[in-house]
Amino acid sequence: MPRYFTEEHEWIDVDGEVATVGITDFAQGQLGDIVFVEVPDTGAELSKGGDAAVVESVKAASDVYAPVDGVVTEGNSQLEDEPALVNSDPEGEGWFFRMTLSDRGQLDGLMDAAAYKAFCDAL
Amino acid sequence: MREDEDIAIETATLPLDAWHRARGGRMVEFAGYWMPIQYEGIMAEHLWTRENAGLFDVSHMGQLHLSGDGLNEALEAVLPGDVKSLAVGRMRYSLLLAEDGGILDDLMLSRWADGIYMVVNGAVKWEDIGHLREELPDAITINHFEERALLALQGPKAIDALTRHTTGERPLETLTFMVGGAFRIGDVDAWISRSGYTGEDGFEISIDAGKVQQVADLLCGEPEVKPIGLGARDSLRLEAGLPLYGHDLDPAIDPVEGDLAFAIQKRRREDGGFPGAPRILGHLADGSPRQRVGLLVDGKLPVREGAKLFDGEDEIGVVTSGGFAPSVGAPIAMGYVPRDHAAPGTAIAAEVRGKLVRCTVTAMPFVPHNYVRKTGA
Repeated sequence: MPRYFTEEHEWIDVDGEVATVGITDFAQGQLGDIVFVEVPDTGAELSKGGDAAVVESVKAASDVYAPVDGVVTEGNSQLEDEPALVNSDPEGEGWFFRMTLSDRGQLDGLMDAAAYKAFCDAL
Repeated sequence: MREDEDIAIETATLPLDAWHRARGGRMVEFAGYWMPIQYEGIMAEHLWTRENAGLFDVSHMGQLHLSGDGLNEALEAVLPGDVKSLAVGRMRYSLLLAEDGGILDDLMLSRWADGIYMVVNGAVKWEDIGHLREELPDAITINHFEERALLALQGPKAIDALTRHTTGERPLETLTFMVGGAFRIGDVDAWISRSGYTGEDGFEISIDAGKVQQVADLLCGEPEVKPIGLGARDSLRLEAGLPLYGHDLDPAIDPVEGDLAFAIQKRRREDGGFPGAPRILGHLADGSPRQRVGLLVDGKLPVREGAKLFDGEDEIGVVTSGGFAPSVGAPIAMGYVPRDHAAPGTAIAAEVRGKLVRCTVTAMPFVPHNYVRKTGA
């Protein structure tokens, strides 16, 4: 299952027609202790680069953007009770939402793991 | 996620800048300085300070010394505190007031044998110095201690850690809340007061900037002490119900509105003679139209600075500080509401991203203060 990364520190796992989206380990480290996550409603239409979710650390609220166009099929309801999952397992149990892909071609503009690592190292 | 940070070109560095970075401090621009927002994490640092002791570098704050004939009268003309009765070694919270009674800054006064030592907020220290120079007579000398650093050691075990390294004119433990004295930490001369801005017992330590690393190393070598960043300083003071200048207080707000009437002592209430006295004394007598209050937030969604407050459809006020409170385990906030909404228990709502979040007006502090007011108590 290929995983892609954005310059806004989201990851996206693509499995057939459905993708799972979350924020990267680098991102959770930058945010610090996460105390609240607002995931999008099922059925919400997202467009690449648009607001998709909100993650709140002790310090501040940050927007999470849609990595590609698509429709939300599921938000991670576990984050309501356990927002700290984003800190402890950001690229696993701490996923934010699942979505369909309207334009698979948009994936071509995203980074793979090696490119994302190089991107973070350069920050 | 995107991060947009506007960094001032001329951002200054603290004397401990390299020390913070070496300890993993994540540096951010605050009040014109690069300052550590956190080391291991705000939540852990906050809870550590409430249980043990945290060392805060607050060297960005302005340390001033004022002296000269007529100093008491001169200061009482610019702030509403009773300066005359302040005995040597005593400390008092006060407010620099504009002509209309609005708050220009909040500050600490300490009586030294040779004058008054004043600590003001870093973000407005240059404006404060300008204001004081403008308002005080020429006979008053203002000395800005730019070569001094300021550390705060806060938490229930601060006394244990600091006592091991301190000698002075009196045993450290005989200092009580809002009392200070001259001490030596190791071989470094220090002015130490039992004070701080976390709600916990603790000390503030003024020392030569050239010796601050030595003192920071000494204190952080104690098992009770960890360096703590600005993030936890903010959540600790919020839980303690303490206002932050530039957020909870500003020139549009007077001391009564800011819930700081305790800073106007009895003689000053009777005699007046401070800036904005007609407005402020009127508010003391009749109540102010609006007031700073604490808010307990329902649920988990943090309510932050700038959130509008509602009673039903009516917009009634604004949140001036807010966030997740680690020791409370829930979001809390403070803000301004009309007097008829200021009673504890009043149900209102805060707007966050278009949604209304239920809040209850509550008495502050959110977490009890643990000040040591009497020796042996």
